[in-house]
Amino acid sequence: MPGLLELRGIGKTFPGVVALAGVDFTVRAGEIHALLGENGAGKSTLIKVLTGVHPADAGEIRLAGQLIRPAAPKEAERLGISTVYQEVNLVPSLSVAENITLGRQPGALGFLNWRAIRRRARAALARLEVECDVDAELGSLSVAMQQMVAIARALDTSARLLVLDEPTASLDEKEVAELFGIMRKLRGEGMGIVFVTHFLNQVYAVSDRLTVLRNGQLVGEYATADLSRLALVGKMLGREVSEADFTSHVAAPAATTQPVLAVRGLGRRGAIAPVDLALHAGEVAGLGGLLGSGRTETARLLFGIDACDCGDVSVKGAPVRIASPRDAVRLGLAFCSENRKAEGILPNLSVRENLIVALQGKRGMLRALSAAEQAQLCGHYIKALRIKTADAETPIRNLSGGNQQKVLLARWLATQPAVIILDEPTRGIDIGAKQEIEQLIAKLRADGLAVLFISSEIDEVVRNCSRVLVLRERRLTGEIAGADINSEKLMHLMAGTHES
Amino acid sequence: MKAKTQSPVLWPLLGLAALVLLNAVHDIGFLKITLLDGHLYGVPIDILTQGSRTMLVALGMTLVIATGGVDLSVGSVVAITGAVCAVLLQGGHSLALTLAAALGAGVVAGSANGLLVARLGVQPIVATLILMVAGRGLAQLIVDGQVIIIKNSAFEYLANGFVLGLPVAPLLVAGLFLTTHFALRRTALGLFIEAVGDNETASRFAGLAAARIKALAYIFCGACAGLAGVLAAANIRAADAYRAGENMELDAIFAVVVGGTALSGGRFSILGTAVGALLIQTLTTTMYNLGVSPAIAPVPKALLIIGVSLLQSDKVGRWLGGFFGKKAAT
Repeated sequence: MPGLLELRGIGKTFPGVVALAGVDFTVRAGEIHALLGENGAGKSTLIKVLTGVHPADAGEIRLAGQLIRPAAPKEAERLGISTVYQEVNLVPSLSVAENITLGRQPGALGFLNWRAIRRRARAALARLEVECDVDAELGSLSVAMQQMVAIARALDTSARLLVLDEPTASLDEKEVAELFGIMRKLRGEGMGIVFVTHFLNQVYAVSDRLTVLRNGQLVGEYATADLSRLALVGKMLGREVSEADFTSHVAAPAATTQPVLAVRGLGRRGAIAPVDLALHAGEVAGLGGLLGSGRTETARLLFGIDACDCGDVSVKGAPVRIASPRDAVRLGLAFCSENRKAEGILPNLSVRENLIVALQGKRGMLRALSAAEQAQLCGHYIKALRIKTADAETPIRNLSGGNQQKVLLARWLATQPAVIILDEPTRGIDIGAKQEIEQLIAKLRADGLAVLFISSEIDEVVRNCSRVLVLRERRLTGEIAGADINSEKLMHLMAGTHES
Repeated sequence: MKAKTQSPVLWPLLGLAALVLLNAVHDIGFLKITLLDGHLYGVPIDILTQGSRTMLVALGMTLVIATGGVDLSVGSVVAITGAVCAVLLQGGHSLALTLAAALGAGVVAGSANGLLVARLGVQPIVATLILMVAGRGLAQLIVDGQVIIIKNSAFEYLANGFVLGLPVAPLLVAGLFLTTHFALRRTALGLFIEAVGDNETASRFAGLAAARIKALAYIFCGACAGLAGVLAAANIRAADAYRAGENMELDAIFAVVVGGTALSGGRFSILGTAVGALLIQTLTTTMYNLGVSPAIAPVPKALLIIGVSLLQSDKVGRWLGGFFGKKAAT
């Protein structure tokens, strides 16, 4: 059966990095094809080659047998290749209808036909069976709904091939199920779908075939049903993986010591109802809950990003006031935001500058780190966290997502914090880097740090935490510890079904 | 890409060299520097002296632009401090007090901008536009709508004097450039400014006092403009609230951008700004030498700025790279 899309011998080089070398990739009409690989394996680059963001240096692309060479996203769109990118690429201040039709608004002579714009937006949403007010401002919608709008926008053109680059990263389970329903429907209509994801269970839930990349090269193409999960992970990592890697469990620590960080009745109206929590040295406490349950809001309050309405905070027994992240850092707190791009990286600055900025901020502007100290810190962390970068002077935006995340972790570790809050530290990074970060968390715990670990992935929480606090509807509703932690119990707590 | 990150001043330096060459071809006397009464004279010295005020304003502007902002009020601050100098000196006050008051006025103006932008979150263009418009009125108020002539030889010396045969104003400005450069790079302030300009939210989350750093940039910019106002008044021996510092904000922004600091904030280059300011002053002098009428003088200026900006753009760089072999993308 001929492919709808055939890529042959694709090569792409960036300064200092070979991103893709001789990659073949075939997608048939009416199939969902998963594209898998570790961070920096070349998935995003392959997508960008396909959609004309970064034209390939070598190789050819055929769509329905025709040789194409898209040089810009708009051209790819015109050819029938529509893409929904990892991070929602829409305009928050415009309406849903405007976002769906942006760049191809119906109208004549420079005048917009608003009725046609709304009609087309409604039709696009109806095809996805999504209920949404097309006049609502996009920024007022949930991230999940914005994602749906992004897909509706992609389908608004006469797409033959739909590329979904990690569409589920910010969706909860119900929304993922809805998305899968839509994907199956589109597959039934004969569309080819490329599905990039890090969630292996989603690969098995929805994809027909899959292609694995590693270090910019093709590992192979397989029918999903023929490849066991373990074999797949082995192909992605290029090594055999034992089941034990995924089932390690954390023993509960002796939590009799004085807490490093304790809060009583800390709350903020509209964000989170007053919570009590205490973090001890040498423990990983999980903060569980569904999307929108108030996890990030709690972290932001703790770190002084948002002002609290009420509550007392104490660090190592001494009452303190945390009115800004600056205060928090000085008290030995650290916070890795879930939003790496907007709240984490300084994109145009070097890996070195990104790494030292928090430590330097803590020391103040006058006590500048010497060049030798900076080099020593960078050398240490690049090696210890296995950060893949050409050198410490590379701008951080040139690194893959997982490596950016490692630099941000290093930024905080350099400040030698007593408490570190990790908000979705493994979001959007591949399984290998995920494992490394989990190992790192275990090491931090052993080193005597208090870790507050926020994650949407239940398995991850179960694997890493010795205690889990569960939030639901913006209040703290439960806590389980030690051997009691299992995914079933957690899900009940998160859903609120344990009470009935 | 590599060459550009290593040397953001390459293109403005080439532009400057080309302009000097053009002038030298037109009239070899352009390059001539003579020693008269133990003082250096000549067109290059004139350019340095006349350009020193723009350089000074551009120095402050560099830091403001690096934080992702802009300060449109610098021209009006020049007028204000000139007026302050004239009123105090003619009122019989000492030079030291006058200079302190002028510098103070610049700092106050910068603090007002910093307060509006950094604390109250007003858009930099709007916030500084307020002082740009109101400041000139304030200057008029100080001198009561008159052009006040200043008769004070020590004051005049600041702009037109010589020390060891060299003109005072450019020496002063060069000293400030060097001091600023070292103050920014030997402490962590330079890094903090670049971090805040590159991603303010991320910088704040990393524990930097982003608002304070931004305010500091505006205050420094106000102080620089205040000092430039002193030099401007000393140069013409008068305070002209109406014309002093007119369009200076634009020249300063041009100098900063041509010198390789992006208007979007982040990376800045103090050296680049110095070269950029010199480039603009040389162009002004060149047009004067070539007899271009002042009415159409902005046109060649605009062409030069477009040219240098294009050479610095990544897109054009890639496009040119097509002719000269592989060049960096992304």
